[in-house]
Amino acid sequence: MNKHFIGDTTVLLGRSLRHILRSPDTIITTTIMPIAFLLLFVYVFGGAINTGSDSYVSYLLPGILLITIASGVAYTAYRLFLDLKGGIFERFQSMPIARSSVLWAHVLTSLVANLVSVAVVVLVSLLMGFRTGAGVLTWLAVAGILILFTLALTWLAVIAGLSAKTVDGASAFSYPLIFLPFISSAFVPTASMPGPVRAFAENQPVTSIVDTIRNLFAQQPVGTDIWVALAWCLGILVIAYVLAMAAYRRKISG
Amino acid sequence: MTTHQATGPAIHVQGLQKSYKKVEVLRGVDFDVTQGSIFALLGSNGAGKTTVINILATLLAADAGAAAVNGYDVATQAAQVRESISLTGQFAAVDEILTGRENLVLVARLRHLKNPGTIAEELLDRFTLTEAAGRKVATYSGGMRRRLDIAMSLIGNPEVIFLDEPTTGLDPAARIEVWQAVKELAAHGTTVLLTTQYLDEAEHLADRIAILHEGRIIVNGTLPELKALLPPAKVEYVEKQPTLEDVFFAIVGDNGKDGDAGDLSTTVNSEEKP
Repeated sequence: MNKHFIGDTTVLLGRSLRHILRSPDTIITTTIMPIAFLLLFVYVFGGAINTGSDSYVSYLLPGILLITIASGVAYTAYRLFLDLKGGIFERFQSMPIARSSVLWAHVLTSLVANLVSVAVVVLVSLLMGFRTGAGVLTWLAVAGILILFTLALTWLAVIAGLSAKTVDGASAFSYPLIFLPFISSAFVPTASMPGPVRAFAENQPVTSIVDTIRNLFAQQPVGTDIWVALAWCLGILVIAYVLAMAAYRRKISG
Repeated sequence: MTTHQATGPAIHVQGLQKSYKKVEVLRGVDFDVTQGSIFALLGSNGAGKTTVINILATLLAADAGAAAVNGYDVATQAAQVRESISLTGQFAAVDEILTGRENLVLVARLRHLKNPGTIAEELLDRFTLTEAAGRKVATYSGGMRRRLDIAMSLIGNPEVIFLDEPTTGLDPAARIEVWQAVKELAAHGTTVLLTTQYLDEAEHLADRIAILHEGRIIVNGTLPELKALLPPAKVEYVEKQPTLEDVFFAIVGDNGKDGDAGDLSTTVNSEEKP
């Protein structure tokens, strides 16, 4: 590892965080849609949805947190694309720095920004009646899963940001990610879905992650769900990282 | 960072080739740039000027040929090359959301220098940006952005600076500001490789001029040498009309032009008599 990697990453992380502080709307717009879903599903549709649990907001929150992260990572693709477009990416690459720190700074920025967004959504859900008896260790487990999920999606965002031709293209990759929780156990139990849809819903990553977080909050046993969830997150993370690095090498070797 | 001085030419390029898919952009480019000189690479759009710069700045790998900057091979000693250079790309590579001062501090910290704040203040002063230092760069004019861009390239006193079309898209006043900055660089001993599509720019600035055409250097020499390629000048008396640039500066005010805008009438009159 380059001896300047940590120092350079810290300097560049400071730069991106300053961008976010100067346009906090990126955090606000990230949280608006998930909060709107939360309000809509809890106060409009929720009464007609039978999940078998006492509190629909508690049932819904894990899926909403994943939607928050899926919409938040789009900003990573956006900021990376702007760096490439504006030429500052080339400036950094022609300087005596640890080159990969340019990407890592964007990834860590995404982690910080998404954790703030998630915290905002959790606060709103607490106002709406979300309650958990979870202790510190359980909260840490939930945070760990969400961090892993954020890193996996952020590296996907890096691929999008590096290979996009337009600003819209850079963030469009996140739409299917935002949509994925709808065909999972996030909003309704999968048992109510017709065969093929149910098969898809039960075997896609979101369901195992949502079920794990829901059971952690409810202090129920997580069973094998947690291992399936971790395998999905780590699998996506590794593949996305490898592809992102390949896209990055293509970019810098022209 | 000025410690590793190389002997020999600051830039050495030999037989450089590069193709994008089937398009041959460079078909064997050769040139040397002497330390402390300004070398202009002249060529029309798409001639491959930026490709040469990007290879020298370690952003792009050549297909064939050799290139060395400050004595370091760009392919095998990329890290040392990056210590020796600064790249000012075709578009001002500045951070729009940060202030001018923050941009300079950012680069100083990435170059691992002590006292980034002091370095920033000195450059802000030298490029007359002190007043705007606390403003977001998004509010800067084109000329101010370019000045900041060049100031960022000077941090760490790199031996070689690449300026890729530094005045494209600038208004005449900003252009002259940039020219002065470039001349000052060379006066401090920095080697400057600049690309341009403006002939007068090369004429004003460069110690040596090379013309890149269809992937090869077809001419390389000083301005008098290039002029000597044509038949000797005949003496003809032609009424000198003011150029639009002369008019622009006469009306807007003399901004850095060395006093030739002020005496338009005498210029016209003195050359009228055969």
